[in-house]
Amino acid sequence: MAAPPTVIEQPTQPTQRSASPVIAFEDVSLAFENKSVLDGISFHLPPGESKAIFGVAGSGKSTILKLALGLLKPDGGSIQVLGEDVTQMHESDLFELRRRVGMVFQESALFDSMTVRENVAFRLMEEHDVSEEEIERRVREALSFVELEHTLDLYPSELSGGMRRRVAIARATVTRPEVLLYDSPTGGLDPVTSTTIIELIVKQRDVYKTSSLLVTHRLQDAFTMATHYFDRKSNHMRPLPPGMLCEVPMNFLILRDGKVIFDGGRRELQETKDEYIREYIS
Amino acid sequence: MAAWRSGALDPMELISPTEFAKEKIEAVQDYAVLAGRSVSNLFRHPRYLGDIIQQADLVGVGSLPIVILAGLSIGAELALNSANTLEKFGSLSLIGQLVSVGMVTELGPIITGLMVAGRNASGMASELGSMVVTEQIDAMRALGTDPMKKLVAPRVVSTVFMLFFLTIIADLLGLVGGAIVARLIFGIDSHQYWNSAWQALAFRDVFTGLMKPLFFGFIIATVGCYYGMSTRGGTQGVGKATTQAMVASSVLILVVNFFITKFMMAVLGTH
Repeated sequence: MAAPPTVIEQPTQPTQRSASPVIAFEDVSLAFENKSVLDGISFHLPPGESKAIFGVAGSGKSTILKLALGLLKPDGGSIQVLGEDVTQMHESDLFELRRRVGMVFQESALFDSMTVRENVAFRLMEEHDVSEEEIERRVREALSFVELEHTLDLYPSELSGGMRRRVAIARATVTRPEVLLYDSPTGGLDPVTSTTIIELIVKQRDVYKTSSLLVTHRLQDAFTMATHYFDRKSNHMRPLPPGMLCEVPMNFLILRDGKVIFDGGRRELQETKDEYIREYIS
Repeated sequence: MAAWRSGALDPMELISPTEFAKEKIEAVQDYAVLAGRSVSNLFRHPRYLGDIIQQADLVGVGSLPIVILAGLSIGAELALNSANTLEKFGSLSLIGQLVSVGMVTELGPIITGLMVAGRNASGMASELGSMVVTEQIDAMRALGTDPMKKLVAPRVVSTVFMLFFLTIIADLLGLVGGAIVARLIFGIDSHQYWNSAWQALAFRDVFTGLMKPLFFGFIIATVGCYYGMSTRGGTQGVGKATTQAMVASSVLILVVNFFITKFMMAVLGTH
């Protein structure tokens, strides 16, 4: 067994939690075609924390991520991302902010006419001031993080579903963003591949301390994140000793009928008396 | 956005005239915004020279075979049809004049515009439409890149630029087609044909004929990109956007051609 988790032991966490949140939703509402999707939701994502968002299909989980990136505008409320109010920003200013945020889309959304190398390098090439050598080095580093260095010259259509998700993670993390948004990163994948993806997300959380919002249908993915740490020595995810479970910077948010019905930690979730939540997590 | 596209209404359900008019006005407004931004983005950084060259190759070099073929055949047919009428009046020697004015002012730009619209407006709509429905456009925005700058502006620039030269090629090949028919079928001396064709062209004809592809290129690219970027409804939506882009750009080319001709006549005078 590897040594106790060095990544969780940092005492900086309480001070991080008291710092201003990287993402803050305040009373956000959104409707499509007169159908309310989000109805006054509020939550905060503190620095270094991961928050898993649950809810039935159509409950607005992915919409929250798109709102956070400014890809959609809410009908009401305010959304602060890295200290900026995205609801008040012009599209041209949002592009600057988005460079500090990484997003992994539900179906990967890789550019199908570009190779894996070009997909991962896309953001670096768009910066126009990064040398070819630097781009190559960082692309290889990002792909090595997801263990797909050998796919550099392949096209997305030549990869499996799990490999595409891993390339999408490499593309989102190549510029070391301050916050990561994962939209159902394990959706439609087999359990083994899902665990590989979750391991990468845990690695990103524990090695780079990146804050993240994770939309998922799979409760077990979020519980795995809440009960595991990434061991750098063995380069694998390991279960936390029982006494350290509460130290993981991982929270849960559950949506129902466009409202937040739960926002808290793993223990609070397991001890909740709410019938709907109990049924949901059972 | 049409209500039925989002699944709120059945596709066959009738919508009120007010709703219909509102949708159309919104579509025109969205198109105007896209067209305006495609122009304003030319003056903003970053400029995607590599993408412009790639699109110029796709639009220009890719369309060359069909434009050559269309130019040759239209010129030949124009000579063939007009020769019968001219022969009745004993003016067969004017065939070069008729072909050159017809090709340079009207048929060259229109045929080239329609050919490129059929090939490229639909191509742009399907390519961008596929990117929309697979969230690649959202991914691009999420990665901090403006799709209007990266995808739309290079297509507009390269289409306007390449259509101009494709039209010149079509005009020239139309004249060559006419010359072949005039020489081989009607036995007209080639020197006489080319001399007549050259002498007939006035500045206003050439100017009018070369102004048109600039407008047509803009229409082809902006309409193709507009339908692509506003695609909804998965693969079926991509197919629909492709068809609509081709039809709308072709119709717009014909309508705009009339007004440009009328305007040029008013400004530069008639023969």
